[in-house]
Amino acid sequence: MAHAEGQQHPAAGEHQPAAGQQHAAVAGQPHIEGQQHPLGIYFKIWGLLFVLSTASYLVDYFHFQGYLRWTLIVTFMLLKAGLIVAVFMHMLWERLAMVYAILLPPLLLLVLLGIGTFEGDYTFFTRGTFFGAGSGAPAQHPAAPAQHK
Amino acid sequence: MAQPALTSTGEPLPRLEGMQGIVADWSSDQRAFKNVPWGKAMMWIFLLSDTFIFSSFLISYMTVRMSTTVPWPNPSEVFALTIGGKSIPLILIAIMTFILISSSGTMVLAVNYGYRRDRVKTFIFLLLTAALGATFVGMQAFEWTKLIVEEGVRPWGNPMGAAQFGSSFFMITGFHGTHVSIGVIFLIIVAIKVLRGDLDNQRPGFLTGRKGNYEIVETMGLYWHFVDLVWVFIFAVFYLW
Repeated sequence: MAHAEGQQHPAAGEHQPAAGQQHAAVAGQPHIEGQQHPLGIYFKIWGLLFVLSTASYLVDYFHFQGYLRWTLIVTFMLLKAGLIVAVFMHMLWERLAMVYAILLPPLLLLVLLGIGTFEGDYTFFTRGTFFGAGSGAPAQHPAAPAQHK
Repeated sequence: MAQPALTSTGEPLPRLEGMQGIVADWSSDQRAFKNVPWGKAMMWIFLLSDTFIFSSFLISYMTVRMSTTVPWPNPSEVFALTIGGKSIPLILIAIMTFILISSSGTMVLAVNYGYRRDRVKTFIFLLLTAALGATFVGMQAFEWTKLIVEEGVRPWGNPMGAAQFGSSFFMITGFHGTHVSIGVIFLIIVAIKVLRGDLDNQRPGFLTGRKGNYEIVETMGLYWHFVDLVWVFIFAVFYLW
């Protein structure tokens, strides 16, 4: 294929497809290119996403509480997110340079998550100390019944 | 596998003096994302920045919810619907979740048929995705109306508990809903391009002048799946908490 780039030394391997990228090259299919995979895997993942969504809905429906609720919700959430990114967004079949460039930076958010947790706890504690005692909360609407927190 | 987009400078590269030369060399023609079409790489980078925006929203929501001393309104009851005289908790949100997941499935099929050069099927699945997306936005509009008109939820307060519920809710779901709406518009544009044969005939786009290519269906798909992805997190931390 003619390569008319203004580049003196095209990187080695530029012309070879990455390993595993074309696992779906079915013989006899015209125009195999791009992210082309058998439909079966999509249907399986689609079904799995439905099952996981139902499961996380049932967590609420059956009123699981406490750590059990949290473990289940976060597990289902991460599983769903992983399946969508890996298969639907084709990350499974991208080059590692791309995968790392996109998936590693969000880990920084864990820092923000940590800061938020400390800050939230501290504010809660301060509010309890300064507004809490006797007079109730610094509430705008203290009339609401406590159901669930 | 897609061939990398061919670009040509059409002339020898200029050699600049000093600092300018260093900058020019470092920014010249070094492609980190080999064999990834530029449109896809740019979409991923945009989605990465969007990830940070949504995460900031969700984390500030978490902070605000942890810090309030007033009970948080129970989403399970706030978003319950009465169907056939029986109140089913969170059912509206569950249906919205299933609709969005279905639209992700039809999108993935559209991308697949696009690469198979099946114009009509690609068009149908794109349109189906757009229809499901529009349904989602419609249900969200219904949900907002119900909350504002019937329950009296405002960004600065509500009768059910912590005042921060309204602001978090409107901000997060509003931003997500905007993303879905923009996605629906773009899906319709791409669907029309597919049906007209713009992508087969490599007709230049009206905005960028780039030749039509089936890669745009995949790029569109990335955006759409991202919208679904964000909903997964919103569903878990806002509605199920």
